[in-house]
Amino acid sequence: MAAVAFSAVRKSYGNNPVIHGVDMQIADGEFIVIVGPSGCGKSTLLRMVAGLEAISAGTIAIGERVVNNLEPKDRDIAMVFQNYALYPHMSVFENMAYGLKIRGFSKSDIEARVKRAADILQLDPYLARRPRELSGGQRQRVAMGRAIVRQPAVFLFDEPLSNLDAKLRVQMRIEIKRLHRELGVTSIYVTHDQIEAMTLADRLVVMNGGRAEQIGPPKEVYERPATTFVATFIGSPAMNLIPARVQAPDLFELAGGLSVRLPAPRGAAAGTDLTFGIRPEHVALADDGAPLTVELAEELGADTIVYGRLDGGQELVVRVPGYLELNIGDRVGIQIDTSKVHLFDKASGQRL
Amino acid sequence: MSGSGRLSSLLIHGVLILGIAVIAFPILIALIASSHDQITLVGKFPFYFGEHFIENYRTVLGEGMKRAGGGAVGPMLMNSFVMAIVIAVGKIVISILSAFAIVYFRFPFRMGFFWMIFITLMLPVEVRILPTYQVIANLELLNSYTGLTLPLIASATATFLFRQFFLTVPEELTEASRIDGAGPMRFFWDVLLPLSRTNIAALFVIVFIYGWNQYLWPLLVTQEESMYTVVMGIQRMVTVADAQAEWNLVMATTILALLPPVLVVVLMQRWFVKGLVETEK
Ligand SMILES: Nc1ncnc2c1ncn2[C@@H]1O[C@H](COP(=O)(O)OP(=O)(O)OP(=O)(O)O)[C@@H](O)[C@H]1O
Ligand SMILES: [Mg+2]
Repeated sequence: MAAVAFSAVRKSYGNNPVIHGVDMQIADGEFIVIVGPSGCGKSTLLRMVAGLEAISAGTIAIGERVVNNLEPKDRDIAMVFQNYALYPHMSVFENMAYGLKIRGFSKSDIEARVKRAADILQLDPYLARRPRELSGGQRQRVAMGRAIVRQPAVFLFDEPLSNLDAKLRVQMRIEIKRLHRELGVTSIYVTHDQIEAMTLADRLVVMNGGRAEQIGPPKEVYERPATTFVATFIGSPAMNLIPARVQAPDLFELAGGLSVRLPAPRGAAAGTDLTFGIRPEHVALADDGAPLTVELAEELGADTIVYGRLDGGQELVVRVPGYLELNIGDRVGIQIDTSKVHLFDKASGQRL
Repeated sequence: MSGSGRLSSLLIHGVLILGIAVIAFPILIALIASSHDQITLVGKFPFYFGEHFIENYRTVLGEGMKRAGGGAVGPMLMNSFVMAIVIAVGKIVISILSAFAIVYFRFPFRMGFFWMIFITLMLPVEVRILPTYQVIANLELLNSYTGLTLPLIASATATFLFRQFFLTVPEELTEASRIDGAGPMRFFWDVLLPLSRTNIAALFVIVFIYGWNQYLWPLLVTQEESMYTVVMGIQRMVTVADAQAEWNLVMATTILALLPPVLVVVLMQRWFVKGLVETEK
């Protein structure tokens, strides 16, 4: 087990910069989840830790060692790939044992370790099978077993669950969580899935265009997004972002004419333009609230998502608990929870 | 299948039987001819097996056609076999290694080398036979197994086939083995080679037969009888001067020359067919 430190890590493919300087300290035993839109450099960052991509500038340290120039095998890491990458001609046992065999472990040692991993992952009945005789979920567990037996300092996961169906994904997510609790190994996990991100992470890294936009515990990222990008990327449906102008320190006029008075002044000078953010679940329906024309209502069972337009033309998404039958064109009143408002700089998108 | 199914099934079987008959008939003739004595075969052809079967084969294998000046077929078979095996194994080893180098290593002029190998596809043995002969002669390799096999070992086709196969091996497999700690040769040995085994088997069959059937090249590089191959031997038996060709013995030799390739196909069939029809996930 070890801490991982990134300092000013950059990556370019030829003349094309992909990672623009990432600084991050990962504590020993921490579970870090990296999220971000496709092509933002998540896999690249992970592969630089693994040693599968060269680091163009900056350093990555695992434990005390800077690993920039170390081969993957010398970095004390194990990686789980999206498509499992199991050796098709080896049995499950051999797949898990291969890395140990190369490292010169004794036969009895190998057997003990594989046995233990198979126990943890409930793979005992399949040890003699070939990967092609396993289901997707079982293959994924073998891939995880291959990582576990090595007892590395760091686990790296690149979208390990995205080839699985929804139900299996939930099951494996819980299993990964349990594994991490049991083994306590520092883990870096790349995913597209918000639920995976929110539930697994000790800390979340939200990446955008090769930069880490925000690093923090999921709750903090959710409640205090550092930028408008993070605000819209985390949470579904996305946060409403509405152009607004400060009338008085505690009074805002939203695009479309709606005025919102906050419980306390937020330190913005009167007359400045900024971006006003409110999550759909922090808008309630109220008979005497501002009128909203319903354009679409999605009944999800537990909640209803209402897509509508304020009288001034501003779009707004509202999440209402429970099952609510609405028709297109219905008019409802809305009430913004003024204690849950986010303010962002209009130009830079930074949180105010 | 229903209704017309019966008819089309009949048709299919008819065509297949016809095809087999066309292929099998000459072999049957050879078998029959190889079971008679020389006199019986002069001017007519018997329809059924004679009584000299074992005797003919024993003669051919042991002493050969003394009267026609032909040597024993036994050593010729041995020569052919050594040649075919060395060519097959050599071709596979050389081409799998060059494909490995071209696909997995970044070295200067990598694509240059690839194209150089690829271009030799356009130069079959027959086209470069004279310069090759010159080289082998200058190296004093005439009448040796080395001279017989070496020039036929380099193979662009096999290199190309292995390259195409390696390109289909997922990159993650390479990466996983790097993380597992396998060096390049270890990866080659433990992962790439086992994955290639059906390709290797298929290629082995094809190349073995290619080597076995070589005619022109052995004819050029061997002058000593002890180095003759069986395919050359048959040719020499047929063109005897001032005498009747001993067709019974020629046919026996032909049958013997047929056996090793058949044996290789039968033994390798399981792998061979797998290599042609199945891709492992
Ligand atoms: N080998 C390469 N050569 C050139 N550019 C590359 C290479 N690999 C990745 N890139 C580029 O680097 C950027 C980041 O790629 P990366 O694979 O890290 O994205 P990602 O965040 O993992 O995306 P996804 O979520 O789709 O997997 C992309 O713009 C991609 O085009
Ligand atoms: Mg990726």
